[in-house]
Amino acid sequence: MISRYMKRRVINTVNMAIAVLMTVFGVFWVVWILWTTLHYGIRALGPQLFLEDTPPPGADGGGLRNAFVGSLILLGIAVAIGTPVGVLAGTWLGEFASRHKKIGASVRFLNDILLSAPSIVIGLFAYAILVDPLGHFSALSGGVALALILIPVVVRTTDEMLRLVPVSLREAAIALGTPYWKMVTKITWKAASTGILTGIILGVARVSGETAPLLFTALNNQYFSVNLSHPIANLPVVIFQFAMSPYANWQQMAWAGAFVAVLFILLLSFGSRRLLSRETHRS
Amino acid sequence: MKGSEAASRAPLELHAASEQKSAGKTSVVPADFLFRSLTAFFAFVVAATLVAIMGSLVLEGWPALRTFGWKFLITSTWDPVSNDFGALVFIVGTLVSSLIAMLIAVPVSFGIALFISELSPSWLRGPVSAVIELLAAIPSIIYGMWGLLVFAPWFAQIEPWMNDHLGALPGIGVLFQGPPMGIGMLTAGIVLAIMVIPFIASIMRDVFMITPATLKESAYALGSTTWEVARYVILPYTRTAVTGGIFLGLGRALGETMAVTFIIGNANNLSASLLMPGSSIASVIANEFTEATTHLYKSSLLALGLILFVITFIVLVFAKLMLLRLDNSLEGKKA
Repeated sequence: MISRYMKRRVINTVNMAIAVLMTVFGVFWVVWILWTTLHYGIRALGPQLFLEDTPPPGADGGGLRNAFVGSLILLGIAVAIGTPVGVLAGTWLGEFASRHKKIGASVRFLNDILLSAPSIVIGLFAYAILVDPLGHFSALSGGVALALILIPVVVRTTDEMLRLVPVSLREAAIALGTPYWKMVTKITWKAASTGILTGIILGVARVSGETAPLLFTALNNQYFSVNLSHPIANLPVVIFQFAMSPYANWQQMAWAGAFVAVLFILLLSFGSRRLLSRETHRS
Repeated sequence: MKGSEAASRAPLELHAASEQKSAGKTSVVPADFLFRSLTAFFAFVVAATLVAIMGSLVLEGWPALRTFGWKFLITSTWDPVSNDFGALVFIVGTLVSSLIAMLIAVPVSFGIALFISELSPSWLRGPVSAVIELLAAIPSIIYGMWGLLVFAPWFAQIEPWMNDHLGALPGIGVLFQGPPMGIGMLTAGIVLAIMVIPFIASIMRDVFMITPATLKESAYALGSTTWEVARYVILPYTRTAVTGGIFLGLGRALGETMAVTFIIGNANNLSASLLMPGSSIASVIANEFTEATTHLYKSSLLALGLILFVITFIVLVFAKLMLLRLDNSLEGKKA
């Protein structure tokens, strides 16, 4: 009996040690990747990074100004399209879908699938509906591709946040004779605003690193451009191109771009998390 | 949970009430109707997007599918010069790299979830979860760059050892024989594993945490060790959700593009060794789409996209169904 007990104890200790090891293993990668990005990125950081455009092959100097501006424009398009569509669709799910349980459940289901769909397929779709018929790559098609990735994130958070709004608020409004649409726009949206905003920020954080859908929509542009119907430089594709290149200064610039991108994304993620936790603490 | 459930049910009754009321005051009805229709329209648009994606890929990939027929799926030629295309190399590459990723990611995620839910002191729970979730926030292009410029050179130094030791094993040895290049199928699988760990681990952690304390405590009271509780109480209780989480991770791994494009090596042929370069569906589309000059070439790449979409769609639907079953059983228990 003792030996059997000992055996169980040993198995337990070994397995628990493995669990701890696995956690260390997971944390190890985060540290390694972030440290590398920081290490190489900071060395290449400088004012010229934000003041000069991407250099031609072989040339010295240069920066990523056109890529930063292009990425911000693409994000702007994505938010401009993705926010209203996502919030309204999420509002239907959160406020009206309880009347049509089956339809609501299927829309949620499809939205969740869209949320995890491969981004390269979204890019192919944007190519098929915008680039192919119009005959040229454009910033607009890149923005639409990013919006398609942003929308399911916004839909989901809007839906979840609206369903967290207390019923008493709705009842109070209805009891005062408020029309339903006014109750939603003036009261439940307001009550859920922090949560919805968090969803949008998280969506932007996710979208801003996306590369695959931009490869054949926004393409890339060696020059500074703000024209929505032309190819536009953008950070992810420039990083991809520069990191794969044989030029040392290009690779260095790719690290600098990666550093800025990671910093931006981490700030957005932490910012939205803080926003949400402050909100939940207050209420 | 209880609160949100009540909130989700209540608008139904409220709505009926407002409807009755507004029957007397007709001026309210158009605005309400408009608002409801507007939101419903966009909800429909979101749901229809998925169908539209499928439709457009079928339409655009049709020339290739019609030309090559079923042979497209089972031939391994990929020859843009003579316009002869087959998807087998890329389908195999996608499946093999994702399989390697899951073989690594599932046990690691289980260990992490177990640590967070059962072993960790409560002050460490939040930080460890946050750090693991950071893995999901890092964009895939960074993984790719890091994989190519940092991890692959390091891994290339380990590969000779693999050749000598694992390569000498009978049967599976052939998987580990090859030139030590650092990049290749195995490297892609390992980096994919790191990328999907946060998705699988967070679902496992969430469902491990909601396993009823009474179940765990009963097992402990009978003298079970922590491992026995995890293996014989927690895991059976959360089995469907854990399966769902694993398939959600698989869906991610299958469609992952940039990281794989950097490190899989981009060779358009099949080889038995995992150390050799290969290609996945996503990586070949990323690499060749803008260079595809002929109509049939482009259409073949879009058909590849369709295959990828169908595979991930099936995997994700299965994952969601598994996860829904957990939600339903939880709600059933509460009611």
